[in-house]
Amino acid sequence: MSRIQATFKSLKNKKQKALVPFFTAGDPHPGKTVEIMNALVDSGADMIELGIPFSDPMADGPVIQRASERALKNSVGITTTIKLAAEFRKNNKMTPLILMGYANPIEAIGIDNFISLIKNADIDGVITVDYPPEESVQFVKKLKENNIDSIFLISPTTDDKRLKLIINQATGFLYYVSLKGVTGSANIDIKEVSEKVKNIKTFTDLPLGVGFGVRDAKTAKEVAEISDAVVIGSRIVQEIENSNDKDLINNIRNLMVEIKSSINKNSETSE
Amino acid sequence: MQAYDLPDNFGHFGQFGGTFVAETLIEALDELRDMYEKYKNDPEFLAEFNHDLKHFVGRPSPIYFAERLTKKIGGAKIYLKREDLNHTGAHKVNNTVGQALLAKKMGKPRVIAETGAGQHGVATATIAARLGLECVVYMGSEDVKRQSPNVYRMKLLGATVIPVESGSKTLKDALNEALRDWVTNVSNTFYIIGTVAGPHPYPMMVRDFNSVVGKECKVQMPELENKQPDVIVACVGGGSNAMGIFYPYIDDKSVKLVGVEAAGDGIETGKHAAPLTSNSPIGVLHGNRTYLMQNSEGQIIETHSVSAGLDYPGVGPEHSWLKDSGRASYVGITDKEALAAFHNLCLVEGIIPALETSHALAHAEKIAAKMSPDEVVLVNLSGRGDKDINTVADISGISI
Ligand SMILES: Cc1ncc(COP(=O)(O)O)c(C=O)c1O
Repeated sequence: MSRIQATFKSLKNKKQKALVPFFTAGDPHPGKTVEIMNALVDSGADMIELGIPFSDPMADGPVIQRASERALKNSVGITTTIKLAAEFRKNNKMTPLILMGYANPIEAIGIDNFISLIKNADIDGVITVDYPPEESVQFVKKLKENNIDSIFLISPTTDDKRLKLIINQATGFLYYVSLKGVTGSANIDIKEVSEKVKNIKTFTDLPLGVGFGVRDAKTAKEVAEISDAVVIGSRIVQEIENSNDKDLINNIRNLMVEIKSSINKNSETSE
Repeated sequence: MQAYDLPDNFGHFGQFGGTFVAETLIEALDELRDMYEKYKNDPEFLAEFNHDLKHFVGRPSPIYFAERLTKKIGGAKIYLKREDLNHTGAHKVNNTVGQALLAKKMGKPRVIAETGAGQHGVATATIAARLGLECVVYMGSEDVKRQSPNVYRMKLLGATVIPVESGSKTLKDALNEALRDWVTNVSNTFYIIGTVAGPHPYPMMVRDFNSVVGKECKVQMPELENKQPDVIVACVGGGSNAMGIFYPYIDDKSVKLVGVEAAGDGIETGKHAAPLTSNSPIGVLHGNRTYLMQNSEGQIIETHSVSAGLDYPGVGPEHSWLKDSGRASYVGITDKEALAAFHNLCLVEGIIPALETSHALAHAEKIAAKMSPDEVVLVNLSGRGDKDINTVADISGISI
């Protein structure tokens, strides 16, 4: 069983939902990345999505764009990101770690090379934003052969036919993008999301995460009620952007604890 | 022999092209592909398109024999396809007329565009005004500064110009921002891409709309010379004017096709915008796979060219295919060479060419000199240079 599967299974047994924070590797600087990851785990992260900095992040809003720019200024690209992930993994064998990024850096270092690097780093899954299933058949096959999960995005515009196509290739979990827009956009319409999630669930037993518009504890709680995982990205990155080095870790912890407790309140009441 | 029929149904030109976008855009691209398939052979749509090309754009554009330039160079006859005479002053308008009509057919009240030099932005704002569509143009904040007359032009035409502050603040970032707008407003918005790049079906659709240029040449050239040209030369930014004139000639192997990229300070300096000529690696950007200027970690690197319209790190995927298949060849022309050709055409022929176009002219001069007087070189004169006079004056140390 993959680490991602095991995590979802154990949470399900405890009637809990996964909290999955995202931030960009190398932001605010590479020296902080592993420390931030450890703090996220300590304060309630069940999995971590680590962003690979890219010069042209077309699916990201301004907050994550700026994070990418800061990381690139620190010379953090795809190889350093994988190195930082490996460093985190040395002392944490439990928490699933997912890389999220764009196709070009992966292709630039070579797909086979990328897969061998992340296998050595013991990374659990990959989300490639601009690889729709039609264009990533070989990539997904190779990831599967190496027991690395391919996590695909589903959007409000994805119809049932595509849904089946995506589910056919996806492993680990599915990631529902809760709104039409880039990361960090306005708040989500929870009723609409709830209906979409219900529909997706009729096609698959894969766990389903929801993200792209979760900005506060209240929304996180609502999302947790209707899904298996809450992904929170821009709000974490914003905290990184607005904090000085001294307060950074504490600020992230406080934010995480607040969100985590609202998600868990939900699991208690539903028991 | 099998006729050229690329791209395939998924927008692939061999290993190039395709649809590399976030899931949110897939439905919009599917819809666009279906609607384009429906309308591209629809007599009523084509009649409207051709009507606007004739009466609004002023087509067909003439082919002009550059007699004094030919004499000066002393070799092959040099002919110019006068896209500079189109309304708005460049080939870009052919494509915007087509896409805006399609937007109208699809019931989208709002169009968006990216622009570098401002030519595509102006062409889009123009046709949006003509058709009564809301128009938003994204433009890198660096380009907004460099091309202020075109910014004002767009505003006069009723468009909203949004400066883009991310990344290198130039054309590629404007394209990113337009894609972000489209993801967000996909239900009421049509994205009019300005070159043969982007995800499928854009490279094919933009090529098709611009291929009116090559189709006219195929009729006009025999009228003038009793034969098709020996060589066709066009500049390549994203590659839309080049694809427009190349495409109808692809199966006519007796015609050599040459694309001219911006070599900036020189290919060897690294300061250029010539992914094909510099043998850049293959990559994925703006929805397609193509040759792409990037570092070893896949970060897109900054380009350099005196002409904003060629300042793009990638190239339309069909050009990557034409290069690999050997059907077209690609060369670089430096800023300096382009400027010399710019001044030359002004003085010898009384035509102020765009700086983009000047790259094609410079290469045409080079090859014509080595060819015989009974041979013909046809240059796609993609645009007029009025927009560039401030840049040229600056470089010449003249304040106007
Ligand atoms: C006059 C002119 N020629 C050429 C270009 C380059 O674009 P493309 O390579 O798509 O023809 C531009 C772009 O702005 C232009 O304005």
